[in-house]
Amino acid sequence: MSSVQQPAKATPNAFDAERLRRDFPILHQAVHDRPLVYLDNAATSQKPRQVMEALDHYYRFDNANIHRGVHTLSERATAAYEEARDKVQRFLNAADRREIVFVRGATEAINLVAQSYARPRLQPGDEILITEMEHHSNIVPWQLVCEQTGAVLKVVPIDETGELKLDEFHRLLNARTKLLAVVHVSNALGTINPVKEMVDVAHAQGVPVLLDGAQAVPHVAVDVQALDCEFYVFSGHKLYAPTGTGALYGKAALLEAMPPYQGGGDMIRSVSFTKTEYNTLPYKFEAGTPHIAGGIGLGAAIDYLTDIGLDAVAAWEDEMLRYATARVHEIPGLRIIGTATHKAGILSFVMDCVHPHDIGTILDHEGVAIRTGHHCAMPVMEHYKVPATARASLALYNTRGDVDRLIAAILKVKEVFRV
Amino acid sequence: MSDLRELYQEVIFDHNRNPRNFGKLADANRHADGNNPLCGDKLHLYLKIEDDVITDIRFEGMGCAISTASASLMTERLKGMKVADAEALFHKFHAVVTEDGDKGAGPELGKLSVLTGVREYPARVKCATLAWHTLEAALHNKETASTE
Repeated sequence: MSSVQQPAKATPNAFDAERLRRDFPILHQAVHDRPLVYLDNAATSQKPRQVMEALDHYYRFDNANIHRGVHTLSERATAAYEEARDKVQRFLNAADRREIVFVRGATEAINLVAQSYARPRLQPGDEILITEMEHHSNIVPWQLVCEQTGAVLKVVPIDETGELKLDEFHRLLNARTKLLAVVHVSNALGTINPVKEMVDVAHAQGVPVLLDGAQAVPHVAVDVQALDCEFYVFSGHKLYAPTGTGALYGKAALLEAMPPYQGGGDMIRSVSFTKTEYNTLPYKFEAGTPHIAGGIGLGAAIDYLTDIGLDAVAAWEDEMLRYATARVHEIPGLRIIGTATHKAGILSFVMDCVHPHDIGTILDHEGVAIRTGHHCAMPVMEHYKVPATARASLALYNTRGDVDRLIAAILKVKEVFRV
Repeated sequence: MSDLRELYQEVIFDHNRNPRNFGKLADANRHADGNNPLCGDKLHLYLKIEDDVITDIRFEGMGCAISTASASLMTERLKGMKVADAEALFHKFHAVVTEDGDKGAGPELGKLSVLTGVREYPARVKCATLAWHTLEAALHNKETASTE
């Protein structure tokens, strides 16, 4: 798309976050009379102008429904949307573009697998194995399917650092286990799970694996063929793409064997009142007119990230996380929740005598946006016996200056609360 | 900073640090749980009602400074009050702290007016009203109240 400008490129040795910030117009504003510091990226990331321009270009020049029109606009829209699918395929290193199903986000992808893959296969007493650090979106769809089938949900516990207890994982995996569903990177703790090892262990017992990559894809390079997982899901909006976008990767043989998730237009080959023939992959799972502009925006976001280099982004964010972790350690009465050896982009914490909600309000007053609450991971809060945490989460545009503002704002909390 | 002080007034810090009427009430004849699912605040309210008068009231739970102070101030105010008057005060308080309500705090709110600063913080209104919703639930013999 020639009208879309290239991102400000960073040289391999000097990651230039300050320059990349210029790609994100929203960051250049004041909140409560202070320059905005956005540290709520695990909730959703901001969008670079390259993504906004892709949406704008689509609506200005190419808007039409896809997969049916013979006219030029429809052909252009179809080509752009399908090109985005190719980008997702390359981004995840999937073997086949038919293995990429566009969905509204990770939540919809997990529900799709729960209902179309798991539900027809599960018998009473069968087990689905998840972990204690799952987001509610990787808990509730399995609870629903358990209610529907009589299957049982089993949970791998975490230790005090926020790492999975792998000995318990080995113990819980057994002949009744029909699926393992694990988060790749925890949104509440930042833990990067050893998913490759877990897939290998599960496969040795013949157990298929779904990986929830919602929090992983902006920070960790993903290769679904190397991981060898059966399913991988992610949302676009944490990856600098529009909300309401995302993808399900599934091995073609499994997707082929699964019934459709929703019925409607685009997912059929022919319809009559006696027999309806379903479309081929991936369209069998894409009923109705999708978020076409969003899908194209997702492709643009992947281009943006790929041009900068995900490894460079990951290295930068790791440096920022280490810096932030070291700085908050200087603050008495502050406890970090989630201290795993391998972490990505998340700093969750609690403070003595100050509730996270109060921390959030005071930080906002200082122009610093963080998330406070249970982060849709109430079992994690229960594990640490805290009602909520304050969570700062990083993106490629965060700088040491942002971390310094966070620290100053936390010190302001202590000043206001006199603790 | 000045407007932060309007939210976090001295009285609120005082009641947050030293909540009044905090703990179990063994001979309570009404009680209810209050939950604010958004932030994880939880409180349990105990009431002893005799001849339509709240003769004793206590609460337990954990929450932010606003919700703890609000519960503490509420219990302090309601002790000895007629049930009908408590109901009327709930409606008055609710109207004043929500944006659509009457902007004038009115003399009847008294010390409770320190909580009216939450009007400027839509995300925090539920913190201030949690204890009061729980009171409503207890008075109407419901076991739980949620701000959602």
